Amino acid sequence: MEKISFYLNGKQVKLAIDPSTRLLDVLRIRLHMTGVKEGCGEGECGACSVLVDGVCYNSCLTPVANVMGKHIVTIEGFRTTKQYRIIADAFADFGASQCGFCTPGMILNAYALLKNNPHPSEEEVRIALSGNLCRCTGYNAIVKAILEIAEKGDIVW
Amino acid sequence: MAQFKNSTVKIDNEEKMSGKALFTDDLPSEGFLWVRPLRSNIPCGRIRTINVPKLPKGYYWVDAKDIVKENVVNIIFSDWPVFADRRVNYYGETIGLLIGPDKAKLEELGRLLQVNYDEEIPHFKLNNSKIHKSFTKGNLDEVIKNHDFMLEETFETGYQEQVYLEPQSMIMWLDGDKITIKASMQCPFYIKNAVVRTLGCSPDKVRVIQPAVGGAFGGKEHYPSMMAAQLATAIMKIKKPLKMVFDRSEDLMYTTKRHPSRTTYTGYVKDGRLVGVKAHVGLNGGAYLGCSGVVLNRGLIAVVDSYDVPNLDVTGDVYVTNTMPTAAFRGFGSPQTIFAFEMFIEHIAKAIGVDPVEFKLKHLVKKGQTTAVNGKFHDDIILPQLVEKAMEMSDFKRKYKEYSKPGSNRGIGISTFLHGCGFTGSGESTIINAQLKLTKDENDIVHLYTSQVDFGQGNRTTLKKIVSDTLGIPEEQVTHEAPDTDHTLSTGPTAASRTIIIVGYLCEKAAKHLKEIWKPGVYQEWIEPYVGPDYIHWDEDTLQGDAYPGYAWGVNIVEISFDPITYQVKVEGAWSTYDVGHAIDERIVIGQADGGLAQAIGYGYLENMEMAEGRFRQKTLADYIIPTSADLPMMETELIDNLFAYGASGAKGCGELTFVGGAPALCHAIEMAINRKIYKIPANPEYLMELVENGKD
Ligand code: FES
Ligand code: FES
Repeated sequence: MEKISFYLNGKQVKLAIDPSTRLLDVLRIRLHMTGVKEGCGEGECGACSVLVDGVCYNSCLTPVANVMGKHIVTIEGFRTTKQYRIIADAFADFGASQCGFCTPGMILNAYALLKNNPHPSEEEVRIALSGNLCRCTGYNAIVKAILEIAEKGDIVW
Repeated sequence: MAQFKNSTVKIDNEEKMSGKALFTDDLPSEGFLWVRPLRSNIPCGRIRTINVPKLPKGYYWVDAKDIVKENVVNIIFSDWPVFADRRVNYYGETIGLLIGPDKAKLEELGRLLQVNYDEEIPHFKLNNSKIHKSFTKGNLDEVIKNHDFMLEETFETGYQEQVYLEPQSMIMWLDGDKITIKASMQCPFYIKNAVVRTLGCSPDKVRVIQPAVGGAFGGKEHYPSMMAAQLATAIMKIKKPLKMVFDRSEDLMYTTKRHPSRTTYTGYVKDGRLVGVKAHVGLNGGAYLGCSGVVLNRGLIAVVDSYDVPNLDVTGDVYVTNTMPTAAFRGFGSPQTIFAFEMFIEHIAKAIGVDPVEFKLKHLVKKGQTTAVNGKFHDDIILPQLVEKAMEMSDFKRKYKEYSKPGSNRGIGISTFLHGCGFTGSGESTIINAQLKLTKDENDIVHLYTSQVDFGQGNRTTLKKIVSDTLGIPEEQVTHEAPDTDHTLSTGPTAASRTIIIVGYLCEKAAKHLKEIWKPGVYQEWIEPYVGPDYIHWDEDTLQGDAYPGYAWGVNIVEISFDPITYQVKVEGAWSTYDVGHAIDERIVIGQADGGLAQAIGYGYLENMEMAEGRFRQKTLADYIIPTSADLPMMETELIDNLFAYGASGAKGCGELTFVGGAPALCHAIEMAINRKIYKIPANPEYLMELVENGKD
């Protein structure tokens, strides 16, 4: 057991915990952030995506020790932002969420992409999302939604 | 803005996007005990002894000895035991459950637990038939005596894993003496019936409630019944709340997949027309039959796809092997035969030197003609319009000509197909007997109760919309909660593309009746039983008659490029047209079309699951590859209305339809690019290399 502290959705958390614990388990089990999903536990699906200092990470492959002092944003935090609203509205418009299991991770990854590259090409979107599996939508609506946002003009990400 | 006709935002859309939706593993489960299945590690043999280590306090072992009434999982053909009893028949069969508060401790105990077997020689060959079916149409013997050309070919399709993003999961607790279950599922009443059967308890002692479900595609049609029967046995013994959540590897290795198939056709041509086909379809059912007989039926009924072949001699077998049982997956047997027949009919055309696409179009079925099983196509068939539209969308004719030139390393292919909606034959009125309840409260809010699970298809929204549209009231005035078996009657399973064609129709009829008796400000209730078209006659034993209440139709066109150095295929374009009767919500239907075709394309060239000595070789999503966003192009879909008299606003089914034609359209395109004939899917680089080097052109 070690004392680990980091910021979760803007608030500091301090935990006594085995530093090798997966960030995914810390978030889901200890901190009840159930919007973070486990789809594979091996870095293949992206359902467990979270933002660590603005960059998208698979929390299933991240030991909690690695996020010491860092800022973590999960869907629970991100959903209160206006950036979330923009992405979520476009997702709703195109029907980009079916079963919804991949969706929180997909939305966080879409944000990470748009923040770095507000006007991505279709290919850039496809490559950026290729670590987030979706078995329901065939990605069509997801890619279209992101391209639509990218076209909308300058949004402050 | 996306342009969709008559579309509303799905009821559960915001909760899913925002991460608020609770899936099974997200539900509060303080104090629940973890359940770890202990599975056989040999494919076949007698269990001599099970040596359970000394268990710490609060830990339990449950196995076949604890069965309350019947050691059987209630599936269509109930031969699959809840726990292996004295023998195991496949690698991974559940022998018992280790249960306790700490997951890591359970792992440790699992390693200490020893099962001793008398191993037997496992059977893997496809020759031990346990279900045999046959039918004929016309008179094939006459054709055999009198034809100009004959071709025999065999096609194979592999396993396919559903890869719903949320793995199998279930929690169960006792509410007084009532077993209560929440799980990732498709069919709440299947789960309930499975528990009732194994325990021999009264139905009112079991309640099944659906939380959010992260995809299913057939994979959660029957398997959760097995999990529920196991947990119910355990809960009767230890009386503690239980939780079983599979990790991805367990889910890949130990849950049911699509049936691998081997189909052999002999085709007879006379005067440039395919006049007769002899066909045999063999499916690998694994160690237990379960629903395999019904999967075979659907495959056999679709044996000549959407083409008119007047003389047929068709046989099929489900073979039992010492492998993981196979079961439902979107399409349910028809993707296998439709792939095979699509390839076969083009091969025949090539062999007699005519254009494959023209040859196929000449054979499209028409209204009034007999189906493969001597039923009748009662309704209008708009395949020619669907074909024309899809060709126009994709610029098919130009590309087809251009890519046919040798060395283009590009290809484009087209498939046309049908899908029978609902349960086979009279199943809807004889087996399922759906009943739908609609109530109206004193505030004139209408409550719709169904047992349909929305695992992404949007049916909670669509069914509700049928009710509000029919009543002519705002959507907000209707509620449609996820099923709870204590509150809803059974409107049947969420399977077989029956939700809209059957339950949607029930919703419309019930709402019409409620409208007739509507009295403001008072509680009212209406129960609507399903009554199908009276012209449907079906004989289940001989597989003769009208196999389905209605058919949905589709056309897929897929364009690919091929890299002759790496043998990699890249999908460059995909276009589809569908006749689903009428889309009640266009955005939802297009979503099904995109997702179904993506899975079908994966089935055709990417998704490879192999069995070696009874075990799956692919154990993680790093080995079992499904399409990512980078593997797929933007897919385009158009719908053409063709109203169905027995559907809500003319709607038929659509979920499975969108899966059945993708793999053959893709493979036709690959054949064009490599100028070789494909006999097997997935057409992965290893297979394509073999074809390019040694295959037939
Ligand atoms: S759960 Fe982390 S990548 Fe799949
Ligand atoms: S919406 Fe189901 S996995 Fe993406």
